[in-house]
Amino acid sequence: MTVVERREVALVDLLDRLLAGGVVITGDITLRIADVDLVRIDLNALISSVNAQVSSPFEELL
Amino acid sequence: MTGLRYVYAVCRPFGTPLQSQLSGVAGDPPRALTHHGLVAVVSHVPERDFAEEPLHAHLEDLDWLTETARAHQGVIDALTTVTTPLPLRLGTVFRDDSGVRTMMEAREEDFQRTLDRLEGRVEWGVKVYAESEQQESPRPAQKAASGRDYLRQRRMQTRSHEEMWQKAERFSTRLHENLSAFAEDSRLHPPQNPALSKATGRNVLNAAYLVPRANSEEFVELVDRTKGEVPGMRIELTGPWAAYSFAGETI
Repeated sequence: MTVVERREVALVDLLDRLLAGGVVITGDITLRIADVDLVRIDLNALISSVNAQVSSPFEELL
Repeated sequence: MTGLRYVYAVCRPFGTPLQSQLSGVAGDPPRALTHHGLVAVVSHVPERDFAEEPLHAHLEDLDWLTETARAHQGVIDALTTVTTPLPLRLGTVFRDDSGVRTMMEAREEDFQRTLDRLEGRVEWGVKVYAESEQQESPRPAQKAASGRDYLRQRRMQTRSHEEMWQKAERFSTRLHENLSAFAEDSRLHPPQNPALSKATGRNVLNAAYLVPRANSEEFVELVDRTKGEVPGMRIELTGPWAAYSFAGETI
């Protein structure tokens, strides 16, 4: 295949797949879906708190 | 006891050994654990990081999560060069080898069926971003001469944005239909948060397509042809990925 020209995979693309995709197996220790949702929320909260000062370009239109 | 077992993927036996320089999650090179006709690819991981409590705590640590996700992906990537792996969700951990074997035994039929379905297929990610005109051509807002003038400007601005979203939605819908018709299966992921992706424009489509490896070139060309078709729409292609988005039991 000639189409493989890999750049560094973006973390968001990876997390879309690793936290929402893949086979879900109840291991001895497994993240439950609820935990995964929490991760997403926490990540979003984390990032938005960092970027709180920077307003969205769309905000003034709402 | 040498720690816990972190499982990356289940696959059919593959003849080639894994790259020896591959460092897995927690720096432990992945090894193959064979049971009946299946192979689980596992790393030995320490309890202090992968037992239930520390694992949950680590998930809130973006640096830890990044490192672990990249290590997981590194192993899956290496596997895709020798076989078609069935990737497991991040953070699937067992107490010991026998726990892994018991799981493989219990799910053997499911695994075989899913592996059949995914054999020789890869996943491609396609994202569409609508780039706002403000970002494309930042032009200073004209000073409104009057209240009425101001309201008119606001109305025009709002209307042009509405039109752009409609255009973006039409474009994404059509693209998704075309790509789905070519692919064997598709999944829609939620649009990405621009703060996380650091991408410009608004993510209006975040989809995954299951494509036979042999048809991948054609699929990539199909995506490439739509680039630049509609002004203001940016298309990003990622992959080939292992079939993460299609590893669930549902079809």
